Amino acid sequence: MGNAIFHLQWIDYAIMIIYFMFVLGIGWMLKRYMKDANAFLEAGRSMPAWVAGLAFISTNLGALEVMGMTGSGAKYGMLTTHFYWIGAIPAMVFLAIFMMPFYYGSKARSVPEYLKLRFDEKTRGLNAILFAVMTVLASGISMYALALLMEKVLGWDFNLSLWLSAAIVLAYTYLGGLSSAIYNEVLQFFIIVIGLLPIVVLSLHDVGGWSGLKESLAPIVAEKGFAGDTFTTTWKYTGTAAGNPMGVEWYGILFGLGFVLSFGYWCTNFLIVQRAMAAKSTTAARNTPLIGAIPKMLIPFLIIVPGIVALVLMNKTGSGFTIMENGKANYDLTIIKLLEYYLPTGVLGLGITALLASFMSGMAGNVSAFNTVWTYDIYQSYIRPATNDKAADAKHYLKVGRLATVFGVLVSIAAAYLAGLFGNIMDFLQTIFSMINAPLFAVIFLGMFWKRTTGHGAFIGLLGGFLVALLHHGLTVPAGATTLVKGGWISVVHTYPVEMAQNFWTAIFACAASALITVGISVATKQQKTDDELRGLVYSLTPKTQEAHVTWYKRTNTLAIFVLVMMVVLSILFW
Amino acid sequence: MLDIRIPIGLLFTVLGVLVTAYGLLTNQNVNLWSGLLMLVFGVVMLLTVKKKKV
Repeated sequence: MGNAIFHLQWIDYAIMIIYFMFVLGIGWMLKRYMKDANAFLEAGRSMPAWVAGLAFISTNLGALEVMGMTGSGAKYGMLTTHFYWIGAIPAMVFLAIFMMPFYYGSKARSVPEYLKLRFDEKTRGLNAILFAVMTVLASGISMYALALLMEKVLGWDFNLSLWLSAAIVLAYTYLGGLSSAIYNEVLQFFIIVIGLLPIVVLSLHDVGGWSGLKESLAPIVAEKGFAGDTFTTTWKYTGTAAGNPMGVEWYGILFGLGFVLSFGYWCTNFLIVQRAMAAKSTTAARNTPLIGAIPKMLIPFLIIVPGIVALVLMNKTGSGFTIMENGKANYDLTIIKLLEYYLPTGVLGLGITALLASFMSGMAGNVSAFNTVWTYDIYQSYIRPATNDKAADAKHYLKVGRLATVFGVLVSIAAAYLAGLFGNIMDFLQTIFSMINAPLFAVIFLGMFWKRTTGHGAFIGLLGGFLVALLHHGLTVPAGATTLVKGGWISVVHTYPVEMAQNFWTAIFACAASALITVGISVATKQQKTDDELRGLVYSLTPKTQEAHVTWYKRTNTLAIFVLVMMVVLSILFW
Repeated sequence: MLDIRIPIGLLFTVLGVLVTAYGLLTNQNVNLWSGLLMLVFGVVMLLTVKKKKV
């Protein structure tokens, strides 16, 4: 306890306890509505667009994201906003306009099930199994990071933090299913905004506002060998890799991050798409990513700007602000140190609660996606198929969904302990499993927009793209890598200046290979599905969504234009 | 289904009262204005809840 960074007072604990009472209370209140598998695993497709939209963005706003991006703010400055603007918004708009009508309209209950309807069973099986493993891995790593952080920051016992957080997540997801996870994600979104807002205000006030920040940064950035305003601009110095601290050029950002990586993540990751699939109508489902896009664009001001202020504080004589740990800068500690530096007792409890909430929300999101894929795509497909008695099936799969929740949390706990024992191996596994996103996007994109795409083409394309990603990762390393986890585990044929460039190119190669293989095999094989079977699954065979009855400002196209204009304006303001 | 604005409104009203009171007691006012912000947000959320027609 003596080495803890924070020593919380009664008020901080009171805030924390009240928040978690509400979290559990929501689960308890929703329990009565969980009468069948549809209500438990799909939230009964009843969520208003604004609720689904905030949950959509909140699922992505886990604590590892908050901590990592604040650290990136200190490391790369406003260049980090590429992950929030060009690296997210076009993909979210594309998902809303072109993909949600198929995901939602096909009545598929998950992304793997869409693959089954559009292609075949083997393509669904491959995606479902990879996704299920990936979600429990991610949940376990998040759980491990939470317990480790609580030990370091608050002096709490590692095992106590791990089991307590798992118990809270299990309680509210077991009671209220996906609805409970979504409701708590919305609650978490607001607690994060309000919990971190004082840091933004106090830190900017401290350095004399935005203009004061730019002035203070100029000499610090110049010392690093970059132009004085590199850390407060986004595109200006991306003409060459050497001109910016990220070490990537504009076309790498545009195609690697803005196209392949972001479309692979936002358009095909069931963890994210599930929130939109829980919306109450096709229009609500399409508007979900667009409503989420608005706060998404503003999040950098909440977590990246304080990170940039932290860089100024680190270089300010006598500030006492440091993120050094054992002689090395630990950028993940940036947000923690900012909480310590700026927040007094009271709002400090709010900030810590915000971090805890984001950890748990990340876990609950993974667990609720896992139990859906397990129940519908693995159990119902391969272990106990549906019978003619729909009512009995609905009850049976509700029970299985609940058991899958318990199983998912227990496996996550095991993964958390494994992460403690074999941290590098777990990181490596997570890197490997996330490589499926880019080829999956290529396959789903072709499936939606080219009716000739066949099941064999999709399966081999998905597998081929995944293997190309593995091969590229095994043959390249980022400069300065000290472990095989970062790549080069086959042989080193190319060294990238930074890990981010390696990630971008892994995704580009995987996506391109997957698309080429899928097209090639599809041309060589016979289409097994008739046009009737593909209606509602393929763009050219599906009637276009009509929105004449929807008020103009609630129409998907109106929202999409607003979101894109907002992104362009922000990009110009911080060019 | 439970209207999500009820738990959100209640949570922020309770936290707003608590943090504002703490800010007043202790009176880097941040507790005071954060508490008031939460209180206003919580009350506005509760006011937007639609009453069910009987």
